[in-house]
Amino acid sequence: MHAETTATDRKAAALAAFKDLDRDPGVAKPDPILVVDGVVRRFGGLTAVDVDHVEVQRGSITALIGPNGAGKTTFFNQLTGFDTADAGQWTFNGRNMHGVPPHKVARAGMVRTFQLTKALSKLTVIENMRLGAQAQKGESFWRALVPGFWRDQEAEITERAEELLVRFKLDKKRDDFAGSLSGGQRKLLEMARALMVQPELVMLDEPMAGVNPALTQSLLGHVKDLREQGMTVLFVEHDMDMVRDISDWVIVMAQGAVISEGPPDTIMSDPRVIDAYLGAHHDAPLSESELEKQLHEAEAALEEEIVEETQK
Amino acid sequence: MNGVKIVVTTESGQPVAEVTSNAQGTWQVPVEKPGKYKVTLDANTLPQNVAVRGGNNVRTPTVYDGNMSTVLFALQAKGAPGQPAEEEAGQSSFWTQAAQLAFEGLNLGLIIALAALGLSLIYGTTGLTNFAHGELVTLGAILAYAFNAGVGLHLIPAAVIAVILAGGFGYAQDRFFWGQLRKRGTGIIAMMIVSIGVALFLRYLFLIIFGGQTEVYTQYTGQAGIQVGPITAAPKNFVAMAIELLVLVVVSLALLRTRTGKAARAVADNPALAASSGINVDRVIRIIWTMGGAIAALAGIMLGLSQSLKFNMGQDILLLIFAGVTLGGLGTAWGALVGSLIVGLFIQLSTLWVPPELKSVGALAVLIIVLLFRPQGILGRRERIG
Amino acid sequence: MDWNTIISTTVKAAIGVETVLYALAAIGLNVHFGYTGLLNFGQAAFMAVAGYGLAVTVTVLGLPFWAGIVVGLLAAALLALLLGIPTLRLRADYLAIVTIAAAEIIRLIFRSVAFKDVFGGSDGRRGFSDGFYALNPFPAGEYGFGWFTFNHRLLWVLLVGWVLVGLSCLLVYMLMKSPWGRVLKAIREDEDAVRSLGKNVFSYKMQSLVLGGVIGSLGGFVYGLAFASVQPDIFGTETTFFAYTILILGGAARVFGPVVGSMIFWVLLVLVYGVLSGAVEAGYITFMTSTQVGQFRFLLVGLGLILLVVFRPQGIFGDKREIAIDAR
Repeated sequence: MHAETTATDRKAAALAAFKDLDRDPGVAKPDPILVVDGVVRRFGGLTAVDVDHVEVQRGSITALIGPNGAGKTTFFNQLTGFDTADAGQWTFNGRNMHGVPPHKVARAGMVRTFQLTKALSKLTVIENMRLGAQAQKGESFWRALVPGFWRDQEAEITERAEELLVRFKLDKKRDDFAGSLSGGQRKLLEMARALMVQPELVMLDEPMAGVNPALTQSLLGHVKDLREQGMTVLFVEHDMDMVRDISDWVIVMAQGAVISEGPPDTIMSDPRVIDAYLGAHHDAPLSESELEKQLHEAEAALEEEIVEETQK
Repeated sequence: MNGVKIVVTTESGQPVAEVTSNAQGTWQVPVEKPGKYKVTLDANTLPQNVAVRGGNNVRTPTVYDGNMSTVLFALQAKGAPGQPAEEEAGQSSFWTQAAQLAFEGLNLGLIIALAALGLSLIYGTTGLTNFAHGELVTLGAILAYAFNAGVGLHLIPAAVIAVILAGGFGYAQDRFFWGQLRKRGTGIIAMMIVSIGVALFLRYLFLIIFGGQTEVYTQYTGQAGIQVGPITAAPKNFVAMAIELLVLVVVSLALLRTRTGKAARAVADNPALAASSGINVDRVIRIIWTMGGAIAALAGIMLGLSQSLKFNMGQDILLLIFAGVTLGGLGTAWGALVGSLIVGLFIQLSTLWVPPELKSVGALAVLIIVLLFRPQGILGRRERIG
Repeated sequence: MDWNTIISTTVKAAIGVETVLYALAAIGLNVHFGYTGLLNFGQAAFMAVAGYGLAVTVTVLGLPFWAGIVVGLLAAALLALLLGIPTLRLRADYLAIVTIAAAEIIRLIFRSVAFKDVFGGSDGRRGFSDGFYALNPFPAGEYGFGWFTFNHRLLWVLLVGWVLVGLSCLLVYMLMKSPWGRVLKAIREDEDAVRSLGKNVFSYKMQSLVLGGVIGSLGGFVYGLAFASVQPDIFGTETTFFAYTILILGGAARVFGPVVGSMIFWVLLVLVYGVLSGAVEAGYITFMTSTQVGQFRFLLVGLGLILLVVFRPQGIFGDKREIAIDAR
């Protein structure tokens, strides 16, 4: 691939795994870490997610793309337990995850970030990082009262956090409040904090949204790094250049369903994908963005009415 | 009627208790066993200018296990014959009693709905959970009292003036206070706590000016009841309910039909979107505050009319307003109406089984239970995350 | 005007019974609201169940004083669990409404005629504090120096009260600098982020609710013991709101914020009352009666709360960068 200069064994392994796969939605992968079956989520009359079958290959960077309102974030919410699916099954490392609350999903090794960053503003950067560590003895009420129980562990956690901060170039901000960071730095912090959990699967919801271009390259590098360290990455993104740059495999969603899969260099030529992006579904049920657009139009009409009447 | 002696004995004449009525003219006697009792009103302790209607000062109610039994002595002014008579509800059957309570519940529910509608719309458009909304209710009642008893106007013009002034106060509150806070970017939790400060400030201001006593309006107080089907109530209650219903219908239609109403619903739905499509959000909010203040005041006047006035009457009803709004789903106008009616009905009907002093407990408990199973309220929508 | 009395009552108010019990209530609220972001508007209920738990155990069941304390503490913890289960999954404003409703339910039940045999109706309960005063190590008499003179009973109550305040502050300090406190503060900032990092947010909120409720319940004990009685209307919603005013005055999410806040609150309240009622008696003020002066103080509390939140939300000693109140 054109921008790839650090082709490593892991990258090669990931690509090899995808080599002979079909381009059909829901195609079976050689070694899936996440297997999803029949996940449905409705909001009133609107079916936001209706994914029949999809698998995510272990050790790969998989992109999840689709037009606005395709249900990508809602799908993320189902998988990570932040919202309850109306139907469906999915397994992570062979373990059934339907109905598992979000904190247990994270403990199982599946950690997500959010589209709108959730840096904990009034905690310092290092406290944000420490929070990510799992199985902390000092997080139990009674042991928290005796510092002797958790001091050593806290020191280890701090050391690990500081290493990550250096890697993400946030070490100078160590003792600043997270609220004082720039948008891009918050994204970095959120990703670094997720790594404190030591996950197997990292799920990034639009990691590049609102990041200034200077930081984009650094963030891309960090995402690739995750794979080099043996983690699996599933991310939602709009920027096709970026998807082409870093992903090994692309899953395309539209109107809640997976409509196509394939390698990043050919996926955009798939007619189903072009259809999804360029329209050709006027008869289909309303998607979120269309609803919003219609609402907009209604409001505009309303406003015109107001203007007219006030002019009378 | 204060200070009237009531003697309660068993059917066979053994004494049970002797009490005197309190300032509201009510009294209560706990009895040990269910059965028939004889209640005698000592006519000599009545004020000189009134008498028991029909001269019968003895009642024999049957008390059932765990139930309250109501004994009413209808009084009439001596030398004022020909007034319609207030019926006694004491020995009515379960269903007549239920119908009577449902009627009273509807009356209370409509009053709550008036106040709840404003609270809910303010919440919907500004995100403010206004703990000072009860004080708007009190304000209406007290202003009307000031013009009625103080200035000497008839209650109806007094009420109209009070409603207008309270609307103006609602407008001013938003123009000079809440609107400024919104401009400063005050968070919704901070605003909620500010509203507690406003509530304390206004409540004690009312206490200082109005005093701690209970008052009634100079008109329509000692009205005798009329019988409609199984229901007995003073004519003022029917008229009050008609007015409440009328106002609610007019406001609802205004929300549905007028451009300001539509704009209000648009703002409640999504303020940012409404603003971006050119709706003057601040103007809409100001109108809602004005209207909310006015109809809350009307609720206060109606409450004062059907019960009595006190500086903390709004505080007492605030939780019921919240219950109505939350039951229906925070921020939805229809939810507030439906929720309020349910709360009103529930409160009155629950007195069939629980002591009247605990009737609000049931309504508040239901609020908690509903939230447990349907946190978005009865008519609310589920929220999306992320 | 009797400046000597005014100043001595004012100075005494800084360490008086009200200061102690409101400090305890506000320390509990600090755990709830200041550190965890939980809008508990029913703190008075925690004080009420503790006070009544003690009173009813001793007077109605005839059990000893210590059993009453245990019952009161258990009642507060149980109330936290009962309140927490339906509400902790809800949005902040719903929690506020449900807790205030629950507190009202409890007050109405305590003052009801139906349960008069147990809770004593609107008169409440008295005569349960003998066990406490039997433990008083101070022989009868007056103690102290200058303005700080108390009789042996009050001295004993204040000693125990301030020890409780000190222990509560120590507990909060220890917890909030531990990883446990870190999770709480993170929940205040954004609970979804905390969930995504593998923490059981519901469990932590519950622990916070129980801890703050139990600390607040100590205030209920102090009231009951100091005044040797409990009445339902003491534990109304205004008690909770005053505790919020105190918390914000002293600075939310600061260990000593509630204590400092309570001292300032009561000193000001007593001072204003002393000066104004003195002025009324002396005829300097003619537009108010001395009853109205008492009411006027609480009007000022309302005004003070508004001004504080608007202009100094971090409280008198707070750090603007760390204020808990503007979260969300």
